[in-house]
Amino acid sequence: MAETKTIALTINGRDRKVAAPANATLLETLRELGYFEVKSGCEKGDCGACAVLVDGEAIDSCLALTWTVAGRAVTTVAGLSLGGAKHPLIEAFEKSGAVQCGYCTPGLIVAAQSMLKDTPEPDDDDIRLGLSGNLCRCTGYTKVFDAVRDAAAVLRGAESQA
Amino acid sequence: MYADFDLVIPETLDEALEALAGAVGGGNGGTQPLAGGTNMIVDLRARRVAPSRLVGLGRLDGLRGIRIADGRVRMGARTTMSDILRHPDLAGHAPSLVDQARVFGGQMVRNAATVAGNICSGSPAADAVPALLALDAEVTLASPSGTRVVPLSEFFLGYKRDARAPGELMTEIAWDIPPAHSSNRFYKLALRKGDAITVVGVAVALAAEDGKCGTARIALGAVAPIVKRATAAEAMLCGQALTPELIDAAARQAVDDVDPIDDIRASAEYRRHCVHALTRRLVTQAWERLT
Ligand SMILES: Cc1cc2nc3c(=O)[nH]c(=O)nc-3n(C[C@H](O)[C@H](O)[C@H](O)COP(=O)(O)OP(=O)(O)OC[C@H]3O[C@@H](n4cnc5c(N)ncnc54)[C@H](O)[C@@H]3O)c2cc1C
Ligand code: FES
Ligand code: FES
Repeated sequence: MAETKTIALTINGRDRKVAAPANATLLETLRELGYFEVKSGCEKGDCGACAVLVDGEAIDSCLALTWTVAGRAVTTVAGLSLGGAKHPLIEAFEKSGAVQCGYCTPGLIVAAQSMLKDTPEPDDDDIRLGLSGNLCRCTGYTKVFDAVRDAAAVLRGAESQA
Repeated sequence: MYADFDLVIPETLDEALEALAGAVGGGNGGTQPLAGGTNMIVDLRARRVAPSRLVGLGRLDGLRGIRIADGRVRMGARTTMSDILRHPDLAGHAPSLVDQARVFGGQMVRNAATVAGNICSGSPAADAVPALLALDAEVTLASPSGTRVVPLSEFFLGYKRDARAPGELMTEIAWDIPPAHSSNRFYKLALRKGDAITVVGVAVALAAEDGKCGTARIALGAVAPIVKRATAAEAMLCGQALTPELIDAAARQAVDDVDPIDDIRASAEYRRHCVHALTRRLVTQAWERLT
């Protein structure tokens, strides 16, 4: 049996101590803790449904062992909106009709947030590359692109006002 | 995850080397390094590997980052594909390496996947390897008894076999900044533009001297048991003023340097055709930039 250890990390801004075995993936641990917005799809890095931010960078939580994120800040899609107002990406996904069954949406929004941090003014190629690790079987991606473009503009506006 | 293993996450390089020094035999069992996990976790799940212990490299910050000084690029083993894309100066002299990072996996994989993990995965389709071979990179291997530097061109011994002794850790990948009159390029042919396994990968680096081709390096991915240099084709170009006829002849020679297989992505015949077409295209493009 793999050894179990308690590690400290931040999840959606909250300090947590979490007991996990050596072989637990971050995806497994997050869902056990009740973060059901983090979805399990392929569990091999192909679909991006499990994407979360670790210190601001999106990774597939199915490919990370829980112990390896000790001391880091993990953010799920639910953690993006902290502090009241709905996050512009979530707002834009809803408005653009970029959500159908919704299974891919948490991962897509997390990936988009991570991409926009490096590329605040993305062209379509940037969006394509930023989201190429996320599969969506419903939308055909067109409305997802609309949503990311709209949210990028809103985020740039918020940035220039700050 | 069902797989059962111990995990240690050292705080220093020395601790990591000590932890790995116990590695017996290497191969699919024993103690193995864990970097970004984008191969390791997938392989564990598919039961292709069964290590009894993993040594996580994630806290060894000294192994991550790109330093350019004294005419040399030194890249820590844990540098990720996204780190390569973010670096302000790399695109200027190593566009081949930056271009492969752009089309490497999807964003989440690029954020996790390390250069050393790519090299040590041993895959003939590993995308960073052709560009690094064409840049004539060297790798540093470390163990508690010391470090040694091995040219990447001598690192791969056969399919999933390389020059690492059991327990040896790759710590750095380094190469000389290419000279002023030089050009390097990479092209990945795959079934899709994003997040797809390479069907044929070609990297070319040329340097011009007095209007002739001084050095030529051509590296071919996914067309042999290892990523390899097309040395006979390179020799045809060296010391010559490149003409379309000569470039075409060298590109045909490159086909003789490879040994592709049929698989679900492409036939061996198609791969040979693409080695010819892509080598010709990239050498032509690189040469045009020099003349
Ligand atoms: C969805 C998906 C898409 C992918 N797309 C691509 C792609 O487009 N192109 C491509 O080339 N690959 C691709 N890969 C494969 C993989 O991401 C890369 O090979 C990656 O670079 C591996 O690096 P890592 O840090 O994740 O390695 P890990 O998985 O952590 O390790 C891989 C191997 O290297 C060893 N290792 C790691 N670091 C060291 C070190 N410093 N010294 C010695 N040994 C070490 C490990 O023990 C292990 O055997 C993809 C994988 C997935 C899941
Ligand atoms: S569940 Fe992690 S990428 Fe599909
Ligand atoms: S909305 Fe259904 S998979 Fe994307």
